[in-house]
Amino acid sequence: MAMQFYASPEQIMRDRSELARKGIARGRSAVVLSYAGGVLFVAENLSSALHKVSEIYDRIGFAAVGRYNEFENLRRAGVRMADLNGLSYDRRDVTGLALANAFAQTLGAIFTEQSKPFEVEICVAEVGATPDDDSLYRNTYDGSVTDEPGRMAMGGQADAIAGVLKSNHRPDMSLGEAVKVAVQALGSVGGEGGAARSIAANQLEVAVLDRNRVGRTFRRITGAALIALLDGGAEGEAADGDRAKTPTTPTEEAHKPTTSAGSADLEDKPGNPEA
Amino acid sequence: MAAGFDPSGRLPDVFTNAGTSSFTSFLSQVAPEMLPGRRPLPPGMAADLAPHATTIVAISAAGGVVMAGDRRATMGNLIAQRDIEKVHPADAYSLVGIAGTAGIGIELMRLFQVELEHYEKLEGAMLSLDGKANRLASMIRGNLGAAMQGLAVIPLFAGFDLAAKDPARAGRIFSFDVTGGPYEETGYDAIGSGSLFARSALKKRFRAGLSTDDAVRLAVEALYDAADDDTATGGPDLTRRIYPVVMTATAEGTHRLTDAETSAVAESVVAGRMENPGG
Repeated sequence: MAMQFYASPEQIMRDRSELARKGIARGRSAVVLSYAGGVLFVAENLSSALHKVSEIYDRIGFAAVGRYNEFENLRRAGVRMADLNGLSYDRRDVTGLALANAFAQTLGAIFTEQSKPFEVEICVAEVGATPDDDSLYRNTYDGSVTDEPGRMAMGGQADAIAGVLKSNHRPDMSLGEAVKVAVQALGSVGGEGGAARSIAANQLEVAVLDRNRVGRTFRRITGAALIALLDGGAEGEAADGDRAKTPTTPTEEAHKPTTSAGSADLEDKPGNPEA
Repeated sequence: MAAGFDPSGRLPDVFTNAGTSSFTSFLSQVAPEMLPGRRPLPPGMAADLAPHATTIVAISAAGGVVMAGDRRATMGNLIAQRDIEKVHPADAYSLVGIAGTAGIGIELMRLFQVELEHYEKLEGAMLSLDGKANRLASMIRGNLGAAMQGLAVIPLFAGFDLAAKDPARAGRIFSFDVTGGPYEETGYDAIGSGSLFARSALKKRFRAGLSTDDAVRLAVEALYDAADDDTATGGPDLTRRIYPVVMTATAEGTHRLTDAETSAVAESVVAGRMENPGG
C-alpha cells in the first residue's frame, strides 16, 4: 500500500514561497523610481531585444524580474486588458491600479492552485501630473500588492539596493541624476568582496514614462543617449531624438542571433568582464 | 469587462495565450460584439439610417504623404454634421481617412488604431506599411455583410514607409473596396461621394515630387472642386471658420496642420477661385 504523506497547507505554501524567492533572487535586478520629469525604469539586462521593461498603455509602464516566459505572459495579458478597456471606455479610463489588481489576482491564483508558482516580481508604474501623483505597485509571486513610495527595487539583493536607493533618491531629481542614482544602486551589490561595481550602458535597459508628453508617454533610452546620460553630459535632451527610432520596423539589420533573457538571467554568476 | 473571469479571479487563458498579436483576433474571442462585422443585422436596406461621411484625398509628396478630408456628414439631403473629422493618424507614421457610414467608420478607425498600437506593444516592433494595409483590408472585409445592407465603410490609408529604399517613394497610398483590398495607388487617390471630381482635379494638377506645401495646397484645391460639384462634400466654411482637416506623414511622423495653417491655405484657395472659379 502506498504511504499517505501529509503535508500541511502551511508547509506547502512555505515551500512554494521559498522556490519563488530563490528563483527571483538569482536574477539581475531592476529599479523603478519617480523623478521630476516622470518615472524611470532601469534594469540590468544583457539582451537588447528581450525586454524586462515595457509599455502597457499611455501612462502605464511595466517592469519585471525573474523568469522571462512567466512575466512575458503577464505582460501580454496586461497589454490586452489595457487595450480592451481603453477601446471599451476611453483611454483615460485605463489605470495602473486595475492592472495591478488583475496581476495580483492572477499571481495569487497561480500561487495557490498550481504546483509551481510564478518566479516573478512585477512593477506596474503609472505616471501622474506631479511626482506625488505617480503610483508604483509591486506585485509579488504570491499575489500580494504593495503601493510603493516613489521608488522600488526588485530582484536579487533587492533589500540592499533599496537601501542605497532610499538614501539617495529625491522625487525632484532630474533625469540625469535619477539614472545615476538608479545605476549606482544597482551596482552597489554583486561586486568583488562586496565592493561596488560599475555597469556599462550595454548591460542596462533604461526607459521612462515622460510626464510632459501627451498620449503614449513611454520611451526607451538607448545607445548614444544613454551613454550621454550615464556620463552626465546632456541631461534628458539627448534622449529626445530617440523616440522616432523606437520601435522601428524590422529591417535587414535584425538578422542577429537571439539570446534568451530568461536563461542569461537565471545564471548564478553574471559572466561579464565588467562585473 | 466583457470577458467572463473564472472563479479563481485570474485573467482567463485567452489573455495570457502566446498565440496572436492581433487585437481584432483577440477581440473575436473575448468580446466579439465589439467587432463591427460580428453584429447580426435584421434584413433590409439600412443605408438611410445613419450619417455618411464623404470626400477624402491623399497625395504622395517628395517627403511623404498628405491626406485631407472635408468636414461634412450627410443624411439623405440633409447635413448631419458640419465639422466631422474624418482624417486621423493610424499610428506614428500612417494616416487613415474614412468615407461611408460615419458611425461604423469611426468605430473601425478606432479599432484599427488600437490594432496597430497593440501589435507594436506586444511585438516591440511596428508593422510594415504593407502589413498595416493588409490588416485594414481584412477589417473592411469583415464588414461585408453590413456593407451589402447599405452600411458600407471605405477607408483610404496612406503612410510613410520607413523601409523604403528610395526616400522619394516613401509616401505610399492604399485604397480599398467593400470586399477588402488593398490596392496601392500611384501618386494620388480620393474616396467618397466627391471623389470623382477630386480625382479629376488631381489628375490634371498632380506632378511627381511635389513639395509637402504644394501637396497640401493641391489637396485643398481638390476638395474645393469636389464640393463644387457634389452636394455631400463641404467646401471651406469661411463664415464658421471650418476648414478641411489636413494631415501629413513624413519621416518625422504624422502631423496635423493647425487651424491657422489650414485656414490660410483654404482662404488662398477661395481667393484664387474668386478670380477663376474653375481653379
